[in-house]
Amino acid sequence: MNKPLPNSYRQGPDGRGRFGQFGGRFVAETLMPLILEVEKAYEESKKDAAFQAEWRRLLTHYVGRPSPLWYADRLTQHLRAKAAPGMGAKVYFKRDELNHTGAHKINAVLGQILLAKKMGKTRIIAETGAGQHGVATATACALFDLPCTVFMGATDVERQQPNVFRMKLLGAEVIPVTSGAATLKDAMNEALRYWVANVHDTYYCIGTVAGPHPYPAMVRDFQSVIGEEAKAQMMAAEGRLPDALVAAIGGGSNAMGLFYPFLDDESVAMYGVEAAGKGVETEEHAASLTKGRPGVLHGNRTYLLQDEFGQILEAHSISAGLDYPGVGPEHSWLHEIGRVNYVHATDDEALAAFQLCSKLEGIIPALEPAHALAYVMHQAPAMAQDKIIVMNMCGRGDKDIFTVARHLGVKL
Amino acid sequence: MTRIADRFAALKAEGRGALVTFLEGYDPDPATSMAILRGLPAAGADVIEIGVPFTDPMADGPSIQRGGLRALKAGATLAGVLAMVRDFRKDNATTPIVLMGYYNPILSYGTERFCTDAAASGVDGLIIVDVPPEEADEVEPLTKANNLDLIRLIAPTTDDARLPRVLAATTGFVYYVSITGITGTRSASGADLAAAMPRLRKHTDLPICIGFGIRTPEQAAEAARLSDGAVVGTALVDTLAESLDENGRAKPDTVRKVLDRVRALAEAIRATPKAA
Repeated sequence: MNKPLPNSYRQGPDGRGRFGQFGGRFVAETLMPLILEVEKAYEESKKDAAFQAEWRRLLTHYVGRPSPLWYADRLTQHLRAKAAPGMGAKVYFKRDELNHTGAHKINAVLGQILLAKKMGKTRIIAETGAGQHGVATATACALFDLPCTVFMGATDVERQQPNVFRMKLLGAEVIPVTSGAATLKDAMNEALRYWVANVHDTYYCIGTVAGPHPYPAMVRDFQSVIGEEAKAQMMAAEGRLPDALVAAIGGGSNAMGLFYPFLDDESVAMYGVEAAGKGVETEEHAASLTKGRPGVLHGNRTYLLQDEFGQILEAHSISAGLDYPGVGPEHSWLHEIGRVNYVHATDDEALAAFQLCSKLEGIIPALEPAHALAYVMHQAPAMAQDKIIVMNMCGRGDKDIFTVARHLGVKL
Repeated sequence: MTRIADRFAALKAEGRGALVTFLEGYDPDPATSMAILRGLPAAGADVIEIGVPFTDPMADGPSIQRGGLRALKAGATLAGVLAMVRDFRKDNATTPIVLMGYYNPILSYGTERFCTDAAASGVDGLIIVDVPPEEADEVEPLTKANNLDLIRLIAPTTDDARLPRVLAATTGFVYYVSITGITGTRSASGADLAAAMPRLRKHTDLPICIGFGIRTPEQAAEAARLSDGAVVGTALVDTLAESLDENGRAKPDTVRKVLDRVRALAEAIRATPKAA
């Protein structure tokens, strides 16, 4: 790049939807006019005070925001007990698992559903992995009386039965996708295919900071409410910014939401935790940034798990929400410029963190933030006691108890 | 003149439209795929599109998805497909070949090296489904330098404001997607197609071929009559798939069955003079 170094990390994307070389609009011509329509509507909504006020009203009175910032004292003491003298950072949780529907996904869904209504769309489709985005979308569609179709990999339908039932209770149609490995990437392919065929009345509500521009920027902007709140809450609690932020990365929406408002605060280190599955040295993981290389999938240029011929590899993680061979393009950019550190945690580490958190804090985390917590357990003891970590507790673990029980050999 | 321009000029003189066929390279195995490719010109294919298999073909319907997966299982790579074209060119110097696929395998191969190798192998044009004009700046100079046509899809959703821009970025021929949807899922009516053509003709002198949802000889003849050619893909991939054994392997009559279907399509098109 021959451009001068940015004086802000918060200027992206450019007019072409790029974060450095990442992002863009790599879609078929059939979708291109649609993407441009969404972009135009989104740009208008940013300046629309009534739109913003309605979204904020929903966040406050329907979602239950702001979510608390919780000082995890018992966890902090537990980690200190094992750390060297004077070591063991204070750990806070940003409790987005307390949101209505049990995860951060609802923040961006409500924004997008309002946008769909503004655009005059009368049907909503979504893809989902763990089912959290599907549940959030089905919920918003129930509230706004919109028909909702959720595409979900058949493998995920099996391992996330409670969420499938939830979506159906909320009135959504769940379509199991059997192509490919029948997980999140295949659900996204199928949702894109359906959208192309139903463009006249349908809005595609994407669940993460990936896909063609403007989705990565739009979902990030809606999710940034997490980081904005955390910043204000931390100032109130400690009178200063945290030293480190930690969040799990699948597509990366909860992490972008927490990180983005802090990107220009140089003293704040950031850690995005990818799913290492059975280990990044095996073939069964979902660590796109750690083990992948740049390519083009689902409308954007980003780091992908792919073979030497550019064929996309299947991701693996115990967490259906992290089981994606790509990552949002802004993460790829933040990785290359080195602003965020991308690390990883295995299935087993996440399972251990899942159980520890339940017993020490009385909070059953989703398997996604359990990966973030696994890294916190590793990182906090390496930091001094006067340091502060904020971890995004982006979802609750009710949906995962069956998976966890199976892995622990417990029959329910 | 390129092979593509030559072929459409010759068909214009004949007063008929082109039959453009599509099959995935390596489907269901390299030898069968090669035998079909060799037989296509004699069966009546005027322009040959070869699909470059990709794990995540977002614009394709179930039939072509499955064809792509069969091909990948059989070891399909971009290099392998280029080798097929080189083989084909040993005894065919005139039938245009267009590779159709997605960007990531090309990126992986290296876009510059790919364009050089494709041209050297005897490829005439490219359709890169997920590279719209807005993203083409890293591809266009390389296709131009190698005299490769960059064929673009125009969809019913491509509005009048956008149409000139997309057409300006197109060479070879225009691929008009006759339906809003993925390949092979439904068909457009003759009336819809007749209405769409003048809108495109206003902005381009390039040949226009119609595709997505053309299955029968009658539909192919109608599309070729109204435009400059009919693209048939899913119907051929279906014929191929139906001819396989229960393990997805070619049977002795697989090649003949596919080429018979091509022949039926070609006969219908050849019997139908163009509308204008």
